[in-house]
Amino acid sequence: MLSRTAGNLYWLGRYVERADATSRLLGMGARMTLVPGASSRDDWRSVLEAAGVERPDSSESGRPEALQALLLEPESGSSILSCMQLARFNGRAERTALTSAMWDALNDNWRRFDGMDYRTASRALPDHIDFAQRWAGAFRGAMDTTMLRNDRYGFIRLGSHIERAAMTLRLLKVKYLVLLPERDVIGGGRDLYQWTSLLLASSGLRAYHHLYKGDFAPWNIADLLALNRTFPRSVAFCFHEVNTTLKDLAQAYGQNHPCHEMSAALDHKLCTATMGDIFTDGLFEWVSETLYDVLALSDLIQEAYGF
Amino acid sequence: MTYDEMGPPGAVRPPYELVAQWIEDMGMSLLDLRAKEAEALFRRVGITFAVYGEGGDPERLIPFDLVPRVFGRSEWDRLDRGIRQRASALNAFLYDVYHRREFLRAGHMPEELVLQNPAFLPQMIGFDPPARVYSHVVGIDLVRMGGDDFAVLEDNCRTPSGVSYMLENREIMMRMFPDLFAKGGIRPVDTYAEDLRRTLEDVAPPACREQPSLAVLTPGPYNSAYYEHSFLADQIGAELVEARDLFVRDGQVWRRTTRGPRVVDVIYRRIDDDFLDPLAFRPDSLLGIPGLMHAYLSGGVTICSAPGAGIADDKAIYTYVPEMIRFYLGEEPILPNVQTYRLSEKDDYAYVIEHLDELVVKEVDGSGGYGMLIGPKSTQEERDAYRKRIEADPAGFIAQPTLDLSTTPTLCGGSIGPRHVDFRPYCLVGKRIRLTPGGLTRVALREGSLVVNSSQGGGVKDTWVLTEDSLC
Repeated sequence: MLSRTAGNLYWLGRYVERADATSRLLGMGARMTLVPGASSRDDWRSVLEAAGVERPDSSESGRPEALQALLLEPESGSSILSCMQLARFNGRAERTALTSAMWDALNDNWRRFDGMDYRTASRALPDHIDFAQRWAGAFRGAMDTTMLRNDRYGFIRLGSHIERAAMTLRLLKVKYLVLLPERDVIGGGRDLYQWTSLLLASSGLRAYHHLYKGDFAPWNIADLLALNRTFPRSVAFCFHEVNTTLKDLAQAYGQNHPCHEMSAALDHKLCTATMGDIFTDGLFEWVSETLYDVLALSDLIQEAYGF
Repeated sequence: MTYDEMGPPGAVRPPYELVAQWIEDMGMSLLDLRAKEAEALFRRVGITFAVYGEGGDPERLIPFDLVPRVFGRSEWDRLDRGIRQRASALNAFLYDVYHRREFLRAGHMPEELVLQNPAFLPQMIGFDPPARVYSHVVGIDLVRMGGDDFAVLEDNCRTPSGVSYMLENREIMMRMFPDLFAKGGIRPVDTYAEDLRRTLEDVAPPACREQPSLAVLTPGPYNSAYYEHSFLADQIGAELVEARDLFVRDGQVWRRTTRGPRVVDVIYRRIDDDFLDPLAFRPDSLLGIPGLMHAYLSGGVTICSAPGAGIADDKAIYTYVPEMIRFYLGEEPILPNVQTYRLSEKDDYAYVIEHLDELVVKEVDGSGGYGMLIGPKSTQEERDAYRKRIEADPAGFIAQPTLDLSTTPTLCGGSIGPRHVDFRPYCLVGKRIRLTPGGLTRVALREGSLVVNSSQGGGVKDTWVLTEDSLC
């Protein structure tokens, strides 16, 4: 396979995932501002930060700015509109590497947000969020049921799990304050909605109740998002997927690269870590360091396969 | 009087009997409905051509007309011989201009027309490409004015596009109307991909010792013909590459893959000469593969079509093709040229300037239907402005009479009416010549319009070549 093909598939995976994750963040923002007493300005700012959109401290960061940056901004690589276009663009460049079901899914209404204004976007925001999630879901479903499990599949999978790990880590970084044990007041007012919206943003509300009985505890929320090995948006889960995929590629190609070493080490680190250790060393530090590792691993993968 | 290929009601010409019957059986409302279905099918498979910078949908569909264009067996036999003849002569001419230039020395053509032509590449002088072929895919644009009255409007020796429409139009027709094809009277076109692969393998470079590895070189997804590039790569089992995927080492061309570098033997390039190799052509260009020309000239790789093949399809050279056929093949041309005035010549110039309102004037290096003057449809101001352009550079223009192109029945706005068409067959030249029975019929969808270019509102049709003169 051409290195460029691998690159396009990798970024296809990342952009589909990013469109999906960004729509959840928008949902989180919209929900947080509905709670009485919430300072909406800060809520939207944290949503933008979690999406990795950098904004100067002085700038206005309310609902219009967030919707512009995360839904409508063309060519930014952060908005749902541009993620969908970039995903499709990468897919189109590798049209022959995709199954027709996957291509259909990418093509479906891909220009929905083109030229949409803020008012239209704001009025039907829940619909737009649903659409983006269904769009990403349809692509993943088509990929799951129609694509050969070869190296092409591997590169899309690498992209989506690297992106997902980064998203979850950024979410933790933005919200680490409400997860610290010293604020461990079970069932507190403002924190309760912070926690539920955090879980909603990672589609983990139900999962949380299945896994951890009783009231919300920030410790458990952090555990779910960082270390749980069954929850598909957790950092540990993503690293394990990345590592398995890289091992498959190494076997198929008969070649090992530095990214394999790093990925194995990260998988091991997440396997053996406990929330106790993490809180002892500092949640914020742990999250920052791991986020850095994800980006370094992404660079190594690109280097190894020449894209 | 315009020649209609189907003929008047009650006197339908034999090749069109099946089509006439089919239209009658279907009825207008059903045909209309199925036309919409066809469009949805095309969009779903992603057959679009890109037009950037004009606003609107950046990926447009070329309108597809359901009513096929038909050639009977004996009509096609003659076209077949004429097309092969022309493709041979053009390749013989290319070999000659890069070697002994017998044609020029015999005084059949002014030397400067070749030597001062930007499409002429001095780097190619004295080089023998594999099988002595320069233009591996020759697209010959044909028009028809009467029953046996065909003429060649233009040759395309570099990288003629549109062949994917020939293949996809047929796919869609066979899928939607299997009954029409069930009797086996319509010759298949899907042999094209196989023939293209064989043609490219025929011309593997001397350095290639095993099964040649093929690549289709595309400018990338922004190119208007990108769909076709990926489609063809897929069909012939070649890798679809961009220049940045390739590099030259040890006299061979390699592509970067996830398993490391792999050799490429034959490159079917769909980019212009200028962008092949920055070392050889455009030092300012970031595009291209540095060292490619060197690898090519030393036998490490074959480039199809050969760099410099464009010298044969220049509009000023075109007028000499009938003479080439006589000179190289010792035969009379089966398909004549359209009468063409060379504005570089005094008498022709004087005539054209006097008769601008009757003629079509084209730039010798123009394409795509842009930059031409259609005399009868132009205003006085347009003609005056164009005259100034001609006066500034007479040799940059040729003129042809306004041709009364044949029409075929076409579905337009809920009824069927005659629309003008042209025709481009794709002739493959390797160790032998291969010609698919069919080609691309382009149709001017606007009533009375003669411009069939897809960029200017043209559409396409499936083209049938019958195994007999009539199927009824």
